[in-house]
Amino acid sequence: MYLLMLPGVVYFVVFHYIPMLGNVIAFKDYSPFLGIQASPWVGLENFRNLLTDPDLGIALRNTLVINLVITLFAFPASISLALLINSMLHEPVKRVFQSVLYLPHFLSWVIVIALWQQTVGGNGVVNQLLREQGWGAFNIMGNPSFFKFLAAFQYIWKEAGWESIVILAALSSIDVTLYEAAALDGANARQRLLAVTLPGIRGIVFLLLILWIGTALSTGFEQFYLQRNAVGPRAAEVLDTFTFFRGVRGGDWGLATAVGLIKGIIGAVLIFGANKLAKRFGEEGVF
Amino acid sequence: MRLATRAGQRPWSHHNDARPPWMERPSRSFLTAKALLITIIALLMVFPFVYVISVSLSSYQDVVGRGLILFPAHPTLDAYRTVLQGGVVTRAVGVSVGLTAVGTVINVVMTTTLAYALSRRSVIGSKVVLMMVLFTFLFQPGLIPRFLMIKELGLLNSYASLILPGMISAFNLVVVRNFFMNIPQDIIDSAHMDGANDLRVLWDIVLPLSKAILAVIALFYGVAIWNIFFDAVLYLNDTDKWPIQMVLNQYVVQGNPMTQGQVKVTTPPETIRMAVLVIATVPILLVYPFLQRFFTRGVLTGAIKG
Repeated sequence: MYLLMLPGVVYFVVFHYIPMLGNVIAFKDYSPFLGIQASPWVGLENFRNLLTDPDLGIALRNTLVINLVITLFAFPASISLALLINSMLHEPVKRVFQSVLYLPHFLSWVIVIALWQQTVGGNGVVNQLLREQGWGAFNIMGNPSFFKFLAAFQYIWKEAGWESIVILAALSSIDVTLYEAAALDGANARQRLLAVTLPGIRGIVFLLLILWIGTALSTGFEQFYLQRNAVGPRAAEVLDTFTFFRGVRGGDWGLATAVGLIKGIIGAVLIFGANKLAKRFGEEGVF
Repeated sequence: MRLATRAGQRPWSHHNDARPPWMERPSRSFLTAKALLITIIALLMVFPFVYVISVSLSSYQDVVGRGLILFPAHPTLDAYRTVLQGGVVTRAVGVSVGLTAVGTVINVVMTTTLAYALSRRSVIGSKVVLMMVLFTFLFQPGLIPRFLMIKELGLLNSYASLILPGMISAFNLVVVRNFFMNIPQDIIDSAHMDGANDLRVLWDIVLPLSKAILAVIALFYGVAIWNIFFDAVLYLNDTDKWPIQMVLNQYVVQGNPMTQGQVKVTTPPETIRMAVLVIATVPILLVYPFLQRFFTRGVLTGAIKG
């Protein structure tokens, strides 16, 4: 049995735990020629440079703002979708609708961005039609100031369906007799929604908010790498792309690792803090 | 269960056999609005695919005519023929297919063995290992450390660098482990008493019972490998080794012109780009019907809750 466990354990140790040791580079002036051991220690110099780096400031601001906008839009979207699906009584239609909603979750961001370009992009279908009719074209995929909203809508198109599954599961576990009792007391549909449904998913909403706070500094890499050229780094650079371009491409290994390290620590603090906060509100935390 | 027909019933009311008795029937305008909303959302999800596939099958005449091409009047496979003539796209498809086939098998084997080992209470230390795995779910080593690990292992610019780091997904592991834990211990005990060792029990007894869940995670892994993009950006230097998503980005998303092979003069570039996009997407679309039934029928939600 331990032999069965061995490959998996080795995998996690080699690809998840040992690399954590590599964070030591944040305190060194790493050079690929010298290797990790031989590169000289520089203490907190990389962290000091972080504080005054303008590109990092932009990346940080973008990360926080984009995450906020995405959540502000996507959270209600997935809840609304869950409520909508839950209210569909015709099973076949409901299943088809769900299938259609869950599909984009399985597509790569490359595919998603390409699809968006072909439909709402500068030379996409919609703009082609508008130009033919003599109306001007609109530019939502190349517009830097609109980018955060574009990112939110793309995220919703891709993930809101999938995220609604968790909420749907919570909705289906609400005790039906609560609805019956409310209806008996004369509550109409809207009142039942406010009094039974929304409180019923309170727990899962809190849980999702905790997880969101914990990942406030992470946005994923691909959605932003793909569009960085189209809208420019001022709008699209996020911490993850910054780390990549500055570290791997730019060779500033120490600084980029320091960014990653701080990101991880802050993320941990945030998630534990949010967890504690939720418990103080009387909700179950994530742990 | 059919509601009794009464005078003034709406003609489609026989569909509403699932309406619980305490729920009032909403107004016709409300139901129409809801149906409209559902239709619009569904169209928004589906339209991009329909459009892209249509254009990819269009010929010169269709594209010159412009306008909204939903069904090309002169459908042709020219774009696909051009693109698959050899060169960048064909190579990338080969790479992706190979990676997906090999990677999925490796991932499923790795996940299943560890999940089984962690699912039996008799294994000392399984709790510790489980904690270790769940910990990785929350805390990643970071981009640079991961990159350097691959570098130190001498795996930069190799296919292994695309497969090895993702061998076991903590999420999939938990799902499979939960499933295995639901297999009654008696069956396993009696197999042991018949002299089978752990591997035999896994192979002969547990796996045949787990076909559905194994299919699901195989599909999860397969799709994830097919979609590999960032890791390729990070680790690969040779354009020869590019998986399909890299090619898709280069020639469709970023719009760099393709200079490969002989491009027929009458093959419009848009149809070629769409063909590449369709090729990158179709395998996922093909396996999706097998995948989606697990979610729409709530089979997986139980596992997720756990």
